Parts: sequence; structure tokens; C-alpha cells
Amino acid sequence: MFRFLRAIDRKLVRDIWHLKGQMTAIISVIACGVATFVMSLTALEALRTTQEAYYDRYRFADVFAYLKRAPNTLIPRLAEIPGVAHVQTRVARDVILDVPGLPEPAAGRLISIPEVERIDLNALHLRSGRYIEPGRDDEVLVTDGFAVAHGFHPGDRVTAIINGRRRQLRIVGTVLSPEYIYTIRLGSLVPDDKRFAIMWMGERSISAAFDMEGAFNDIALDLMHGADEQEVIDRVDRLIEQYGGMGAHGRRDQISHRFVSDEIKQLERMGTIVPSLFLSVAAFLLNVVLSRIIALQRDQIAALKAFGYSNFEVGLHYMKLVLVVVVLGVATGCGVGCLLGRHMTTMYAKFYKFPILLFSLPAKVIVLAFLVSLVAAAIGTLGVIRKAVKLPPAEAMRPEPPTSYRPTILERLGFASWFSQPARMILRHIERRPLKSFFSMFGIAMAIAVQLLGRFPADSLGHLLELQFHVSERQDLRITLYESASWQGVYELQHLPGVLRVEPRKMVLVRFKNGHITRRTLIQGLVDEPVLNNLIDEQGRTVELPEEGVVMNAKLASVLGLKLDDTVTIQFLQGTRQTVEVPVTRLISENLGTFAYMNLRALNRLMQEGNSFSEVNLSADLDQYDQLYEQIKKTPRAANVAVKQVSVDSFRRTVMDNMLQMQFFNVIFACVIAFGVVYNTARIALSERGRELASLRVLGLTRGEISFILLGELAVLTLAAIPFGIGCGLILVKLVCHFLNSEMYRIPFVITAKTLGMSVLVVVVAAIVSGLVVRRRLDELDLIAVLKTRE
Amino acid sequence: MSTRPIPAQSTVPSVAQPYAVFEARGITKIYRMGEVEVPALRGVDLDLFEGEFVVLLGPSGSGKSTLLNILGGLDVPTSGSVRYRDHDLTKDDDAHLTGYRRKHVGFVFQFYNLIPSLTARENVALVTEIAAHPMTPEEALGLVGMSHRLDHFPAQLSGGEQQRVAIARAISKRPDVLLCDEPTGALDIETGILVLDAIERVNRELGTTTAVITHNAAISGMADRIVSVADGRIAQVRVNTHKQAPSELAW
Ligand SMILES: Nc1ncnc2c1ncn2[C@@H]1O[C@H](COP(=O)(O)OP(=O)(O)OP(=O)(O)O)[C@@H](O)[C@H]1O
Ligand SMILES: [Mg+2]
Repeated sequence: MFRFLRAIDRKLVRDIWHLKGQMTAIISVIACGVATFVMSLTALEALRTTQEAYYDRYRFADVFAYLKRAPNTLIPRLAEIPGVAHVQTRVARDVILDVPGLPEPAAGRLISIPEVERIDLNALHLRSGRYIEPGRDDEVLVTDGFAVAHGFHPGDRVTAIINGRRRQLRIVGTVLSPEYIYTIRLGSLVPDDKRFAIMWMGERSISAAFDMEGAFNDIALDLMHGADEQEVIDRVDRLIEQYGGMGAHGRRDQISHRFVSDEIKQLERMGTIVPSLFLSVAAFLLNVVLSRIIALQRDQIAALKAFGYSNFEVGLHYMKLVLVVVVLGVATGCGVGCLLGRHMTTMYAKFYKFPILLFSLPAKVIVLAFLVSLVAAAIGTLGVIRKAVKLPPAEAMRPEPPTSYRPTILERLGFASWFSQPARMILRHIERRPLKSFFSMFGIAMAIAVQLLGRFPADSLGHLLELQFHVSERQDLRITLYESASWQGVYELQHLPGVLRVEPRKMVLVRFKNGHITRRTLIQGLVDEPVLNNLIDEQGRTVELPEEGVVMNAKLASVLGLKLDDTVTIQFLQGTRQTVEVPVTRLISENLGTFAYMNLRALNRLMQEGNSFSEVNLSADLDQYDQLYEQIKKTPRAANVAVKQVSVDSFRRTVMDNMLQMQFFNVIFACVIAFGVVYNTARIALSERGRELASLRVLGLTRGEISFILLGELAVLTLAAIPFGIGCGLILVKLVCHFLNSEMYRIPFVITAKTLGMSVLVVVVAAIVSGLVVRRRLDELDLIAVLKTRE
Repeated sequence: MSTRPIPAQSTVPSVAQPYAVFEARGITKIYRMGEVEVPALRGVDLDLFEGEFVVLLGPSGSGKSTLLNILGGLDVPTSGSVRYRDHDLTKDDDAHLTGYRRKHVGFVFQFYNLIPSLTARENVALVTEIAAHPMTPEEALGLVGMSHRLDHFPAQLSGGEQQRVAIARAISKRPDVLLCDEPTGALDIETGILVLDAIERVNRELGTTTAVITHNAAISGMADRIVSVADGRIAQVRVNTHKQAPSELAW
């Protein structure tokens, strides 16, 4: 094929081959950018399209509400609400499960389904087994994840504690539900398939078990096209108010939906920020390399023009070079991105329970990646190519005049005698082209910055984990109760085997109002001087809980537009459902959620509920866990039990592992940048100064001496880049934290010394390796060839 | 050879008035280098006739290359006019000058300007590929005695060999005008003669109007006219009545 190429294109091929090292470096940088881009976009595409299709086919509801108990006669009134297309009412209850082979109790949620399958909202996708049969009241369908985690098959049995009585339930089928794509229980951070199950049970048997005949406690609504969601929510709230309604909400506050949507949003951001960073570096490298090529080829450009090659042809020639780099970069990037995207999608398939999660690489993603890279390359190179095109042919025929040097500032300031002759050469070279030197330094700095960016998530997550599970939550167990219990309950629990300390807590669903801004969230009522459930800020400092008023998470306050000492309206969605006005007595910066806190006594006073609580935190003696678990499984009041160590472990297993894998890729990417920039800088320096250095060799300088001149420059630039890169990195990390700031979480700005050290180390190693590669080239410097050819 | 000086603008006395392919009038070229102005040409009038072989002589820095660049459409004069047939080269824009060079001119540069990443053959192909009636690269290289070095890269060639490739490149497109800046500067007598033979053959067989800059006064022997340049002006134009073949030149 080569033989059929035009001579000018052969020149292109040979030029590229000659510059293969540098080209590979740039191609790799582009590839990294494109890979993250493709990875994010394909994963995004997979998540989004699957989510949409799933919601659509399985009729995921639009509005959800939970209440204490309402008669079925309320159903027609719900259906009459303008904008409501479909009403689904259910009975849903949290229960404790006793799972064979699992020492600690697991949490389950029982939800009613019609005895005979019919088309309804929130339809189930049957994975294995069959639908329940009418009249068999022990049959249940369970979430597929739970069944898989325990190796359960249709026909296996699980025990649920229903109203204090153990009841055997028979699994007849495993299912997926659009409501539980992210199967997470309230209050935990990651899904735990082993210890959380949703079970669907026949309407009749569940109603009988919980005394809910002719009644329901869970509503799901499907809205008509163009219906006003808020209006519907308000009307539902008014209707269910007297039945203990806990506030209707849209999809936005549906946990599973919220997590999947947040992930999609994050992918969108990741798909823009990181690739832009890489592509800017690539643009810069292309600029440097092409500038150098064009400076070197001045006389060739002149000759081409003299023979009658037009400006367009000359411009095109160099554009082709850029195009080759971009095409190869995009192709590699798409390949790697495709692999990573597939990896990410399989990872998602573990987290998110979709009937299918199809990975595909849509052509539009490739086209987009190509266009974006092309734009970046164009920004980096069009100016340089223009210069080549503009070069007057006659001018270029003359050799370039010797570059003009002058003594550096340091020398002019009288420090000349401090520097050896070679050191002077280094400094003069750097100072002669401050902009170019700056950009090289900047490039190396970016490598450090990208390293920091790739490594910090593990740091901040580690910090978060430490705060959450070691400083704040010091309990061993947390038991959530069905109903608020009175103080008496605390004493009962204290006598369970092995229990060392019991600390009650009260979680109340409320609606905060300030003017027309409202937020549905939880108030945590904490005891005085809590030990097991410490209230801390994002720095891990203990926060004193004032006797009166509400302590608000700063994020919540800012969403509500509140300041310290402002008064906020609280509408309790549980209990006696008062609406009260309370001063905000303290603001606290936290990383997670939008919570509010109150002194337990003050909270109970406001709710007129005496001495009650809804949860207990326990610390217990490890030796007696088995007995303790057995007792808890018998406790009729317990709706949910969470063992902290298990949560920590599952968090580590799932999130941390995935994070470390992602970090591994990020670090590789960052190394590519580091190596790309440093290697290019070194090669350009060699190309610019090869002649000069060869002449010095001819004059009798040793290899070591000329290496010092060349590599010294690199060393100076690298050293200068370290503080600068750390600075840029910190700013970038801060920016990313800011970008990813959501109501769900604020990523803490935490970078450990180890991360700083590793980031710098990788770049320094990259610099040294590049230096050695170039040094080898210096050793091979062909003195004759250098002096024979004209530059 | 006659040494009678004649005014530059006067035509060669002959029966049939030959056609002036080039007509340069009052051309000046001033290079501006920051504050300083360097006048390279200070008013040059010169005609080149169809098919003639002109040698340009002159001391270093006298403006020979500058003049040749202007004739070749590589550069435009600061003032004055240059006509090539019915083109006014001074009024042409960049695209027209490119077209002019592409169609009509063959260059041999003082510094060869070979493309280092292309072999001898490919360096020539670079030109033949965009020419209308070119020779094959092998043919052109054969004319300068480089048939045995077709696939060598410039770095693998001696200075003289590089120069010969440059000449092959210039003559390969069978140009209407051949402009050579010291084509034999780096050559020994024998190869110098070979190269001059090739140039002379193109001049003779194709009627290519040829201008050759040289520091070697002996080459004047094969010229129709000898133009001496000094200090940015035409100092003298001589007509050579006894044209010699390159092999007869006394080096
Ligand atoms: N691009 C330029 N910028 C500034 N001065 C120039 C430029 N090109 C040529 N000159 C000056 O113009 C004058 C004429 O240069 P030119 O190259 O035409 O000389 P020449 O007769 O070809 O000399 P030589 O025999 O050494 O090649 C010289 O003094 C040269 O320094
Ligand atoms: Mg010259």
C-alpha cells in the first residue's frame, strides 16, 4: 500500500514514524481522555436506556405515599384526583427475617400483591419459579439478589417474625422490581443482598397477618401525561392526613430512583470533566510537538511551496499528521473505553438490579469522541499550521538565524559566578522562552494534578468511612422498632444477653417549611451526651446538642434558605402530627444527607409524646452474639436490625473495591499524562539542542556534561512543577468536590500525605525514565550526521 | 567569448528578435530587520529571453539569490515590476504565484532543500506528481548520474549527491523556466560537468529558459549571456558568442 502513496504522504508516514515515541505519547493521552469519555457515555447510555425501558414496561409509579392505615373506601377518592391515571394500594411492612445459615437477623419488607397476577403498577419481573397461587398463604416472591446471595431456589423456606410469631414462608419465585433497582434499606449506604430482602405476599394473607383487612398503608400512583406532580402530592397529603400519612413524594425522593439518577448525573459530569482535562493536555502536547516539527521543517515547507504546492496542500499535509494522531488516539480510546465501559456495566449489574443491562457502543458516542478530540486538536494546532502556511517561501530558504541569548536575570543581578558554564546554558535556555518553559512546566504540573484527582476519592471515602463508622456510629447493633416505644423498652433491651449499653434514638419523618420551600426529611432525636451515636461535624469534632431548638445540617439550611437563629416550620408526619415553629440553634457541616437533630427530650415535648424513641443503639459483648441475635429475632417490636460491622464490611467490599479498581485506571491514566508530557518535553529539548550538544561533544565535552545540560533543564522544570502541580491538583479536587456536591452527599476535601507523595513520586519517576530514554539517545548522538545536515 | 559590456536592457542583437520571457523593471528589494533596512536589490532591469541560458555572477551578498527568488515567484519585490509572459508577477496574489511556480518553474536551491524523510526517488516524485508532463523520477535521476542511488535518503548521500538529486528534482517536470542557485557548488569537476550537461540538455532540448547562479566564472563559457550582479544592481551583461559544451569548460 505504501508504494501507492504519493511522495508527500510518504513523507507524512516517515515523519510520524520518526516521531513515534512522541506520537505514541500524545496518542496515549488522547486515548485516555477518549477512554474515560467512552466509558462514562456507554455506561450512562446503558443505565439510562435500561432505566427508561424498565420503568416504562413495568409501569414504575410516579407518586408514592406511606401511611398508617386507611380504609379501601379511600381508593376512589385517590383515583378522582385530577391527573391521576392509576392507583395502586398495598399493605407493606418491615419484618425481621431469620435466614438459615445467617447468625444475625436480616431485614425484610413484606409487600402485598394480588392473589391472581394482573397488570398493575410497579410490576414484577419474574426471574425464576412462578407467581403465587391463590389460597396458599405462605407463598412469597423474593428479590432475586437475596435468593442468589443465599443460594435459595423456589421451594426453599425463610422464617419471618410476624407480629412476634415466627412464620415459615415458602419462596415460589424470584423477582426484580422497578422500585428496587437499588435494593437498599433506609439508613444504610450500600445494598446488602444477604441481609435485606423484599418479599411479595398475597394480599389476603398479608392483610390477615397484620390486621389490615379492608385497609392499606402504601400508595403508588401513576400520573397522566402533563399532570402537575406537586399538585397531586398536595392533594394526596390532604386526603391521607387523617390516616397517618407520612407525606407523599415523587420519584425524586424514591430511594432506588434517586440513587440510579444520581449515578447517571455523576457519569455525565465524569464524562465531561476528566476527558476535557486529558484533551487539553493532548492539545498542548500537539501544539508543542507540531510547533517543533514545523520549525524544523521550515526549509522543507519552503521547498514544497517553491515547487508549487499550494498553501492548502501544505496546511493539509500537517493537518493529516494531526488527524492521524487523533484517529489513532480515538480508536485506541474507544477500544479501551469500550472495555472499561463493559467493566463498569458489569459492576453496575451487581449494584443495580435490572432484568437486563445491555452494554452497547453506539456509533454516536464514537463520532462524538472523534469530534471532541478533533476540536481539542484543532485548538492546539490550527495556529501552528497557520504559521506554517503563512511562511513566505523565500524567507524559509534561508537558514534560521542563530537564536539570540542573553544573560539571565540571575546573572544580570550579579550571581553569574555562582553558576558553572553548563548551568548558565540551562538557565539561559529556560529564560529565553519563558512561555514555552512555562507550558512544559505546566504540563508536568497537570500530570501531578491528574494523579491527585485520580487518587483523592479513596482518601475522602476513607475519611468518610472513618467518621461514619468509628467516630459517629459506635454502636454494635441498631434495632429499629415498629412503633415508638416508651422508656420502659430501654430497660428491657438492657437485659438482653451481652448488652453493655443501650442508647435510644428517635427518628421522625418531618416536613420542613420556610416560606414556600419545603423538604421532607428526618429529625434525629438524640440523648444528652450520646456515646454510641455521636453527633459530629465533617471534621469529626463532637457537636454539642443544644437543649432547645433544632440543629440543622448546613446543606439542608441552605436548601431551605435558613440562617442560624432563623425560625423554621416543622410539620411532623408521624405521631400526633403537630406543626410547630422552632428556632435553628446550630448549623453543622456534614458530608451525608440533609438531616436535622434535636435533643430527644425537646423533640418528645414538641411531639407531645412523653418519653418515646424509635430506635436503639446497642453496644454488646462479642462472645454472646449468638444468644443476643436469638433474642432479638424473638422481639416482636423489632422491625429492623443492623449490625454495624456487617455494614462496614459490605461497604468496604462493594464501594471500596470498586473505587480502588477505578482508581487503578485513573492512576494509569495519570501516569500516561506524566510520561507523555515529560517525555515530549525531553525529546523536544533534544531535537532543539541536538546540534548544539553534538558540537559541544566535538569540542571535547563528555557525554555526562552534555547530558547535564539537557537533562538539567528537565530537572529544573520538573522541580518547579511539583509545588505548582500540587496547587493545581488541590484546586481541581476542590472543584470536583464542589461539582459533585449534592443533597445526598458532600465529598469531603481530604488528601492524605501518602497520596501527595505518591502523586509526586510517579511524576518524578516518569521524569527520570523519560530522562534516561533521552539520555540513551544522547549517547547515540551521531556527531557526523548532526553536523552534516543543515538545520 | 566577447567581453564587450552592453546595457542590461538591450536585447541580443540577432535577426529574429527573441521573445522576452521575463521582463523585470526597476525592481528593488529591501529587507526590514527591526530598525535596520537592508537593501538587497537597488533597482534591477533585466530581460530573459525564450530558451536562453544565462549565468549570474557576483560577490557574496550582492543580491543574486534575491533576484532569482523574485523571478521564480518565491518572493515579491519591494517596488518595480516583473512580467513573465503575460503575467505580472508583482500583481499576482499568493495563489497565482503558487500556480505559476507549479506550472512553469524548476528550482535548484543553494541549500538543496531535500526532504530528509524521502529517498532520492521520492524527492523527485514529490515534484513529478504535481507536474503536467514530467519525466519519471528514474529518468531525471539518470540524467544527473544518480541511477545507483535511487532509494537512498539524503542523510545517506554526500553533499554533491544531494545537490544532484536537487537538480534532478528541478528538471524532472520539464519546466519552462529553470532557476539554479549554485548548482555545482559542492561538486568536483567530473560530476559538475555531468550536472551541467543535464541542465544544458534540458535547456537545449526543451527550450527551457535557464538562469544559473555561480561563483565559478568558468561556467560562463556555456552561457548565452553572463549577467554580473554587484551591490544589488546589474553591473554588466555580456553576450557569449562562443558557447562551449560543459566538457570543454576550463575549470
Ligand atoms: N530574509 C532576509 N532578511 C534580511 N536580509 C536578507 C534576507 N535575505 C537576504 N538578505 C540580505 O540581502 C543581501 C542579499 O542577499 P542574497 O541572498 O540575495 O545574496 P547572494 O548574492 O545570493 O549571496 P551568496 O552568494 O552569498 O549566496 C544580503 O546582504 C543578505 O544579508
Ligand atoms: Mg545566494
